[in-house]
This record gives sequence, C-alpha cells and structure tokens, in this order.
Amino acid sequence: MLPVTYYVALSAILFILGAVGVLIRRNLIVIFMSVELMLNAANLAFVAFARYYQSMSGQVFVFFVMAVAAAEVAVGLSLIVAIYRARHTINVDDLSEMKG
Amino acid sequence: MTLNTLGSDFVILLPLTFLLGWASLLLLVDLFVPQERQDTMPLLAVLGLVATIVLSIMQAGQSAWAFQGMAVVDGFSTFFNVLFAISGLVGVALAYDYLRQMDLARNTYYTLLLFSVGGMMLMSAATDLIVIFLALELLSIPLYVLSGFARPKGESEEAALKYFLLGAFASGFLVYGIALVFGATGTTSLAGVVQAVHGGALLNPMLFIIGAALMLIGLGFKVAVVPFHMWTPDVYQGAPTAVTAFMALGAKAAGFAALLRIFLTAFPQVSADLTPVLWVLAALTMFLGNVVAIAQRNIKRMLAYSSIAHAGYLLMALVPYGQQGLSGDVSASLLFYLVAYALSNFGAWAVVMVLERQDDQGLGLDDYAGLGSKSPFLAACMTVFMLSFAGVPPTLGFVGKFYLFRTVLQGGFVWLAIIGVLTSLISAYYYLRVVVIMYMRDGDPQTHPAPWLRWTAGVMAAGVVALTFFGGPLFNWASQALLTAF
Repeated sequence: MLPVTYYVALSAILFILGAVGVLIRRNLIVIFMSVELMLNAANLAFVAFARYYQSMSGQVFVFFVMAVAAAEVAVGLSLIVAIYRARHTINVDDLSEMKG
Repeated sequence: MTLNTLGSDFVILLPLTFLLGWASLLLLVDLFVPQERQDTMPLLAVLGLVATIVLSIMQAGQSAWAFQGMAVVDGFSTFFNVLFAISGLVGVALAYDYLRQMDLARNTYYTLLLFSVGGMMLMSAATDLIVIFLALELLSIPLYVLSGFARPKGESEEAALKYFLLGAFASGFLVYGIALVFGATGTTSLAGVVQAVHGGALLNPMLFIIGAALMLIGLGFKVAVVPFHMWTPDVYQGAPTAVTAFMALGAKAAGFAALLRIFLTAFPQVSADLTPVLWVLAALTMFLGNVVAIAQRNIKRMLAYSSIAHAGYLLMALVPYGQQGLSGDVSASLLFYLVAYALSNFGAWAVVMVLERQDDQGLGLDDYAGLGSKSPFLAACMTVFMLSFAGVPPTLGFVGKFYLFRTVLQGGFVWLAIIGVLTSLISAYYYLRVVVIMYMRDGDPQTHPAPWLRWTAGVMAAGVVALTFFGGPLFNWASQALLTAF
C-alpha cells in the first residue's frame, strides 16, 4: 500500500492546479471546472486520510462535498447560460460593466 | 442512533429546523399562489420569521448539544438566531417595496431569503467543520441566485456570476483547509480537534497550520477582508439593492459567527500563530476600505467599500483571540458592533432604495443634493446612519468602536488601535460628505413613496438613537452570549 503522503501530495498538486486555473484562465466554463478540481482535491485528501485513520466519517464527508458541488453546478451553469444568451460570450474579460 | 434521539436533536435545534421546514413548505405553496396576489408570500415569510424569533427567545439561557456534537444551542447561537431572523424580517420589508418599484416582483425571492437565513443560523450553531461548510453553502447559494434576481439586467447577471465564482473559489479553500485539519487530527469536530491537539496526537503540525490558514482564507472571502475583497464592490453595486442590504449584514455576520466560534473555542488552545496574520489583514482591510471609498461617486460602491472597512474593524477585535481571559471581551464587543452595524446598514440602504430609479439613475452622490429640504425625514435618517458609520461621538457607532478598541488595547495591540482610529478619521470625510451634499447643495432629488422603505429607515434611525443612550442591556446580552467551551 502506498503511504498516505503520496495521496496528499497528489491532492495538493490538484488543488494548486485548480487555484491557478481559476486565476489565469479566461473562459467561464474552464474557470468553473478549475473550481471543481479544487473541491475534488479536497475529496481525494478526505478519502486518503479516512483510509489512514480507518475512519468512515472522512468518506462520508466526500458525499457532502459532492452534493454541495452539484448544487453549485446547478446555479453556476444556469448563470453562465443566462450570460451567454445575453452577450454571446463567456469570456470573463468581457464582463466588466462595473468599474471603479 | 435510534429515531427517538434523532427526533430530540431536531427539537433542540427547533428555531432552525422550523425555519428550514417552513421555507421548504413555502417552495410548494409558491406554486399555488397566483402571481397577482403579491402579498401572500411576503406575509407567510414574515410569519415564519416571527415564529423563529419566538422559538429562539424561548431557548434563551439554555445550552444543549445536538447531532452528537455537530451543532450546539448556547447563548451565542441564540443571539445570532435572533439577529439573523430580524435581518430576514428587515430583508422582507425592504424587498416588498423595492421589488415592486423595480418591476421585479417574483415570489421566489422570499423563499430564497428564508433559506439563506436558515444557513446563517446553522452557521452560528455549527461545532463541526463540515457543518460549517454546509451552512456556508446553504447561506451562499440562495444569495448567488438573489444577486442575479434583476435578470435580464446585465449588471445584475454579472454581479451574480462574479459572486458565484469567487464564492465557489472560497469554498474550495475552506473545504481543502478542512480536509487538511481532518488529516492532522483525524476528526472534524471542534471538540475533537482540541482534544487531539492536547493529547499530542497531531499527525503533522504543519498540516494543521496550513489547514487553519486555508480556512481563514475561505472565510475571509465571505466576510470581504482585504486582499480577498475584490468581488465586493461589483457585487454590491450590481445586485438588486434589497439583496445587497441583506447580504452586507447577513453574510458578514454569519462569517464572523463561524470565525468567532472556530478561533475562540478551538484555536486558542491550539496556537496563536495566526495572530500576526490577522493583525496584517485587519490593518490592510481598514486602510484600503476607507481610502478607496473616498474616490467613489456611486453610493452603492461607496457603501460597499464602507462595508469592507467595517469588516476590518470587526476583524481587528478578533486579533487578541489567543489571550486567556480576553475571549469574552472579544466576543461581546464583536456582537455589539455587529448590531450597531446592522441598524445603520439596513437604514442607509433603505434610504438608497427610496432614491434609486429603475434606469439605474439616482445612485450618484450628486443625486442626494437638496434632499435636506425636499425630504427632511429621509435626510435626517441618513445623517444619523452616516454619523454612526463614521463613529462620531456620541452615536451608537462610536460606542461600538469604543468597545472594539478597548478589546484591542487590552490585548496589547496599541499600533493596531492607532491604525483603527486614524482610518476612522479618514472615513469621516466620505461619510460627512454625504451629509454636506444633502444639506448644503441645491438639487431636486426624486423619491419613491415606498412606505415600507421609509418605515424601515425611520425604525433603524430610532434604534440607533435609542441604543446610543440605552445600549447597556444590549451590551449585557452580548456579554452573556457565551460560547460553549470544549
């Protein structure tokens, strides 16, 4: 069995990839996917630690996180669709009606 | 766990479970209420919130655990339950007139508002990191939708999307922080975290500190602390003003409820390593919020930066969290200031809504010229709120800031208190500018009749004045709103 460090390192890499993706990508859908990557990095860490501690609760938390992520997808995608219908673009740089 | 104990858990958290049940019921009722009958849903929402307040007050003085230590009823959560339910009531009153004058009257608004209030209440009761995460989402997701309520107006959609993306980004930080704390301690309950640290059972102290810092970032986004504040001005400006008023107080207060519970009950026994970080965040937030507010010509943006600055003052009082014997003062002064901020916040936004017109007009500072002679009542209310925001003696804002500064000084952070006082002086410039424009310049501002908005403004102004002179009982209540220790 691989030591838990490997899993945690992988989850950290995924989390950083997600965070960097949110900051540098300009397409709303890709930004959104990067956020999901961050949540799934946390899921991986939860499962790895749950295995390490032999505790079921860590695995149950993953279900909570997945349910919340699904709710966020429902709201987020409908917002993106609404924006696309109105402006025919999903580039964040075009979303700058307000400044100051 | 038997069904019986599960039932009693729901009874222990009755104000919360009742409100969420009521909100779920309203989802269904909404389908059967004809769109023309616009009074039914607000009325039902108000009934639910009033019942919640009654149930919360009935719990005063009690303290009990629920769901095997995942949530708790104590003086602290009762205080916040009442605060959030009253914010919900004010939110309904503000929305009732505003939605009609903006042609947005849709009944879903009130259901979403109730769910958000439920999330805030759960946040103040949560004693498990996962429940804090769930509560945060329960309060945020309805707010994302409400921010976009003025759709198809472009600004509103844009505000909703920005709020959503940064909110989800922040949740990512929070949940990863929770995962790391879970990894370090093997548990997510605050009591378990404290135990693990005391027992020296930490897997890796580094993991724990990083996890705590990531959680601070996640909650920092929610309460709009610099440098995690970039979304605030755009979202506050673009969202329908009734939503802005509600989330400026609600989301901030809920975020601080969670920060207080985590930092005062679980972390001081763990480490005070985050004190310098909090110090810098508080100083930056107070400074940047107040300085950038000066440059704003749009009243919604100005109030948005003002709310950032106030998050800084609240965070400032949290800095001495790690010192023994001071946690009661930290919590009492924060709660008192939150109430003071709530009154001025709702009142000021109510005045903004009376002047706001459908085509985004009436939001510039110049639109307030002549309000003093055109509508002396509104101008007087606005003056009270601005003075209280600025903390001019002897207003309620001054009393609140006095308690905050006293806490900071007791903690020995003299320089932080000095920064706080200096930035307060800066803030007086832009708050008093509104007063000067209202009374000294000629103009012809257009106001809506909006009886509920005017009532709200009047009641909030009366509250600020009354608590200025008779704030003692409130402060006593805030001091007794103790957190359950582990």
